[in-house]
Amino acid sequence: MANDDVVFVDGVRTPFGRAGEKGMYWQTRADDLAVKALTGLLERNPSLPLDRVDDVAIAATTQTGDQGLTLGRTVGMLAGLPVTVPGYALDRMCAGAMTAVTTVAGGIAFGAYDVAIAGGVEHMGHHPMGLDADPNPRFVSEKLVSMDALNMGKTAERIHDRYPHLTKERSDRYAMASQQKYAAALAAGHITPDLIPVATQTPEGWGLATADEAPRPETTMEGLAGLKTPFRDHGRVTAGNASGLNDGATMSIVASASAAKELGLSTKMRMVSFAFAGVDPDIMGIGPVPSTEKALRKAGLSIDDIGLFELNEAFAVQVLAFTDHFGIADDDPRVNPWGGAIAIGHPLASSGVRLMLQLARQFEQRPDVRYGVTAMCVGLGQGGTVIWENPHHKRYGKSN
Amino acid sequence: MAIRDEFPRLASAAFDEVVSHSHVRDVRLASGRTLALVTLDNGRDHTRPSTLGPETLFELGDVLEAQRARGAAGEIDAIAVTGKPYFLAAGVDLSNVADIPDRATAAELPRLGHRVLGLLHEAPVPTFVFINGLALGGGLEIGLNADYRTINAAAPAVALPEVFLGLIPGWGGATILPNLIGIESALKVVIENPLKQNRMLKPAEAFELGIADAMFGPATFLESSLRWSDEVLGGKKVERRHVPGTIERTVKWPVALRIARESLQKRIGTVPAAPYRALELLELARKNDRKAGFAAEDEAIADLASGDQFVASIYAFNLVQKRAKRPAGAPDKELAKKVSKVGIIGAGLMASQFALLFVRRLQVPVVITDLDQSRVDKALEGIRGEIDKLADKGRISSDEQQRLRALVSGTVDKADFAECDWVIEAVFEELAVKQQVFAEVEPHLSETAVIATNTSSLSVEQIGAKLAHPERLVGFHFFNPVAVMPLIEVVKTPQTDDATLATAMRVAKDLKKNAVITRDTPGFVVNRVLAKLLGEAMHAVEQGTPFESVVEAQQAFGFPMDPFVLLDLVGLKVGAHVLDTHHGAFPDRFFESKALHELAEQGVLLEKDSKGEAKGIDKRARKIVAKHTPKGAVPLSVDELRLRIEDGLADEIKRMLDDRVVEAAEDIDLCMILGAGWPFQMGGITPYLDRVGASERVFGGTFHDPRIEGVKA
Repeated sequence: MANDDVVFVDGVRTPFGRAGEKGMYWQTRADDLAVKALTGLLERNPSLPLDRVDDVAIAATTQTGDQGLTLGRTVGMLAGLPVTVPGYALDRMCAGAMTAVTTVAGGIAFGAYDVAIAGGVEHMGHHPMGLDADPNPRFVSEKLVSMDALNMGKTAERIHDRYPHLTKERSDRYAMASQQKYAAALAAGHITPDLIPVATQTPEGWGLATADEAPRPETTMEGLAGLKTPFRDHGRVTAGNASGLNDGATMSIVASASAAKELGLSTKMRMVSFAFAGVDPDIMGIGPVPSTEKALRKAGLSIDDIGLFELNEAFAVQVLAFTDHFGIADDDPRVNPWGGAIAIGHPLASSGVRLMLQLARQFEQRPDVRYGVTAMCVGLGQGGTVIWENPHHKRYGKSN
Repeated sequence: MAIRDEFPRLASAAFDEVVSHSHVRDVRLASGRTLALVTLDNGRDHTRPSTLGPETLFELGDVLEAQRARGAAGEIDAIAVTGKPYFLAAGVDLSNVADIPDRATAAELPRLGHRVLGLLHEAPVPTFVFINGLALGGGLEIGLNADYRTINAAAPAVALPEVFLGLIPGWGGATILPNLIGIESALKVVIENPLKQNRMLKPAEAFELGIADAMFGPATFLESSLRWSDEVLGGKKVERRHVPGTIERTVKWPVALRIARESLQKRIGTVPAAPYRALELLELARKNDRKAGFAAEDEAIADLASGDQFVASIYAFNLVQKRAKRPAGAPDKELAKKVSKVGIIGAGLMASQFALLFVRRLQVPVVITDLDQSRVDKALEGIRGEIDKLADKGRISSDEQQRLRALVSGTVDKADFAECDWVIEAVFEELAVKQQVFAEVEPHLSETAVIATNTSSLSVEQIGAKLAHPERLVGFHFFNPVAVMPLIEVVKTPQTDDATLATAMRVAKDLKKNAVITRDTPGFVVNRVLAKLLGEAMHAVEQGTPFESVVEAQQAFGFPMDPFVLLDLVGLKVGAHVLDTHHGAFPDRFFESKALHELAEQGVLLEKDSKGEAKGIDKRARKIVAKHTPKGAVPLSVDELRLRIEDGLADEIKRMLDDRVVEAAEDIDLCMILGAGWPFQMGGITPYLDRVGASERVFGGTFHDPRIEGVKA
């Protein structure tokens, strides 16, 4: 194994809340969510000397207010990192945290960093999607994108249009399974160990958020069938087969293999390759298809080498478009075995690291799996994919 | 039965209370245990700390009773209390205490505190208090009553300041604290700190003393506290190395108390009641009998809260906290002119002290001037040396050190004052000298520059008599030592315009001083009142009254020091000069003292020990004074002299108010508290003169109506 290999040391997240006034984080600042996640992450990796952190990359889609002022720097300071540790903020909408990881990974591979923090935060209650955005009028006047491209639900409806065999019924069934798989994973104790509890201020006094707020384990097909289709009359996309609006933060430690070894840090995954790709913004949900193909190509792997998929469930249909493309069954046990964003929630820029920490924990339990994929779609027509190798696999670090 | 029904008097008294509500939520801990978390929150923003009035305690009590019941039923595993962001609680709402109608109501307050906070003791489940922010007095006592405490490393302060205000920590603090952290630390927290201008503890100190069992950083304080509580519930041992053992109780305890009592008597005399009541309670706490201790606390609070000293202390506290921040008679703040460069005339000790203070607080260029370049250079060296000392002590950063050093400069050319918009003199206290330096400087100044004089005894108006623009002159009287004393008397002449006065008020505020506006009358406020006192003292000894009787006559007041120690402190020459000035202005009311002049020439008054502390009056001083005793002089008795001083002060202060030297009696008190260190328990001076009957005797009325005194029933 090369010294400039990039490893995922550890990842944590806050419990994800429901956005809005009734949500548990309504009176909690977005940057505080990130601070608590980072503090919790550093506390559980005590062998990492804080002054050895070379950079802090934190993503948010809306970088104003409590998500403004260069999050990587402010969150680092607020979490008690020394002033000598720099930081920055970045944005690739839903793939923000994923991009934070791949960007610092690039720095590590280049030799610029030994250890870096990468994460994301989105408080969609404080920062509703698209609020105050001022899209360039050329997008419309030159028909660069349709008006629908800026409304994610409408782009999901477009996937149903393009692939009529991906029916609403299949979407609903996939969504219900996501809720059920999450509930089972939670009960089995797979979820909570990576959650950092957050003290929440509420009108009833302080509380402690220890679990995700959004899951609906009681979901049934009948219930899903009766939901409104807010993006199109007689449409197929509902609140039940899509991820919700959420608040949350994720944080990870990424390091060079040699630094991890030197500092006694764990290696939960090794980064094999990553790729981002662009697609037609009107149908942004299929983005993970080309990005995954590209990442597989770079890694010299085929889809059959992948034993676990952590796919962000922005919309059920968008995951189905991915699995359908690669000939994977809707209920394939390799895909999101612990459920996904439909149950857990999707605080935009934070979700990428949520996929990774969940894959990392599955790797631990599945030494038979050598490679896993984390992938997600991105607004305005993008996809992002990172391929990881399981250090618990017997052929870890050896050539194929 | 609700808690309020047990306290009918407090329940029916109409207090204007901002209620801190006791919200409660169940928190599920990692182990699966459930902790009922009570949050005290008054629903206001960070500018209004949560306080603890009767309604707040009634609600907290009911909530805690309910949680205890749940604990007993096995529904919850622990009870914890914390506060809204930045505050646990800032103690009892003092305005409520001051509104207590009678002793019987006062007596209910400590019992209510014991009843409610006591619910955190010996509860069916372990109790915790998470000191998340400011915790003062009753706020900290919530924590002391609980089984365990954590503290936020970023909490601004924790303290038991009751003694500072004439009370004692009466909700368990005086009894529980010494049994938690040991007698010596408890003496420090309960008595010493409050008497050191109400010093408070930083969280790290509180943790070190053993007040808190664990300390966590602010980013995840509550989360960490909850996790720690879970560990404690799971059997984690909590070490308390400061809890007193048998030897401490039997040997150390009485010795510590004796030493504390002696040092109190020496420092503040025996007039203030609260520190001695606190001592008694700490003495009693040795037996670690909560019931007896709490009963004694109840009694002490009932006595003190209904007494004169406490009411006067609250009056004084409000003067310092509120009136000092909104000075009476101040013009519109908007009129203040910008001060971007300061000129100081003179290069002596006082000028150097000014330069240091101005440059440090205003952070603008400061130019000092003198006729002699070598004096200027020496002064600059001294000022920069002081700046370096601040840096060495870590009070300022090295960047700040460089900045301040570069901001001070010196000159012998008054033309270098051209850009100064604030010029203050610190030259010899002689009218002609001051007139001359201002006359020399004024032609170089811009039309709008403000000129200030630090005179203590001359007429500001006369100092400005030769100015082309006397309307820009203001008196700006500091007290020594300049860096420490918080008062500036801002003296307004008939010509001083509002922009000048507003500028002076603004500068005083920026210097972090409290300003009181006075008219241009001899001695302004502090020196005139002190001159009365010192003149009476010198007159009495010149009449053959023993020095000791003079000291005794003033002991009843509770002044911070006797008149001879005060004379020694201000300097005998200065003292003699002050008496002369006032005698010159008001010959029929103020004594001059030939004896003091001779004492000043000989430089002798006190007999001091090797550490420089006064032991008594020097024999030579007695002889000198005896020489000045006229034939047929009649010594005064202690009581006669005390009455003379009381009546003399009442008379003089009444005249000052009639003459509108300041706006109100409150301003006289504020000056005496801030400028002379007169104690809170006297309320400065006028509440005291009312309560001893001097005001009635002298002018048939009172300074305050109603009088500032305790409840009678």
